Amino acid sequence: MYKAKVIVKRKLSILDPQGTAVEKGAVNLGLKNIKHTRIGKFIEFSVDVNSKEEAKNEVEKYCSKLLANPIMEDFEYTLEEVDET
Amino acid sequence: MKPKFGVVVFPGSNCDHDAYYVLKKIFNYDVNFLWHKESDLQESEVIILPGGFSYGDYLRSGSIARFSPIMNSVIDFANKGGTVLGICNGFQILLEAGLLPGVLLKNNSLQFVCKDVYLMTENIDTVFTNSISENDVLKIPIAHGEGNYFANEYTIEKLESNKQIFFRYSSKDGNVDMEYNPNGSILNIAGIANEKGNILGMMPHPERCCDPLLGKTDGTKIFNSIINSFIN
Repeated sequence: MYKAKVIVKRKLSILDPQGTAVEKGAVNLGLKNIKHTRIGKFIEFSVDVNSKEEAKNEVEKYCSKLLANPIMEDFEYTLEEVDET
Repeated sequence: MKPKFGVVVFPGSNCDHDAYYVLKKIFNYDVNFLWHKESDLQESEVIILPGGFSYGDYLRSGSIARFSPIMNSVIDFANKGGTVLGICNGFQILLEAGLLPGVLLKNNSLQFVCKDVYLMTENIDTVFTNSISENDVLKIPIAHGEGNYFANEYTIEKLESNKQIFFRYSSKDGNVDMEYNPNGSILNIAGIANEKGNILGMMPHPERCCDPLLGKTDGTKIFNSIINSFIN
């Protein structure tokens, strides 16, 4: 069994109005040094297979077909072997 | 020949009944609801993917609906040249399914926008627009939070040169300008078709402006165009 942690990020070429709006909150909070805020997604799940290779295949298919839209997003992930429990 | 319509119902669709009502009661056509778990299109000749919030808009609008069993049949039908109209969330689903190019981002205002807009029709020689006269500006409502159309430069060039941009947000007199753009959509794009012209996705809701009781009927021009394309 493997534990996958995925981060989906909006491509740099695509504006992130949500990040810009949140950053305005930082300014109101008195934080003057916060720059380039961008909002992404963090997704974690288990993959019930025996080899890392199989886990990788499943994660990549899940990410590229559903979790991220390749037109506007990039993804990265980590895989860690865990106990069945 | 009277075409038979099918309106797909996803969990979270909320404009499915509006579309059904318009086709059945205003136009007096055969129309069936198609449940997303089925794969039979029930001999429909025109498929409507209605507006709403399929699967609660989780992850990205339309991203989960795109994998519903009915969508395999819709994709197959569309690829064989079948007529498919995606409205609002339906447009988002068509993009996620890869039947149309590009994506719809969050409105640049970050606000959900619900109001009447004016649309300039750019191509009147199509299945969806043949009943619209040149320079006719349509008044149709929008209601969305993610309607900000985006695609890369290459795709936009292709859409323009193939006349696949059917509708752009404009002023009442048909002036296409950023001032009249409700969501930040690139080139004021409100609706695009595929290269063959049998699949249209649009953010405005034609089904919400067909019944004269509601005070505006420009949506009928789009449904009339579809019907005409079957009759002629």
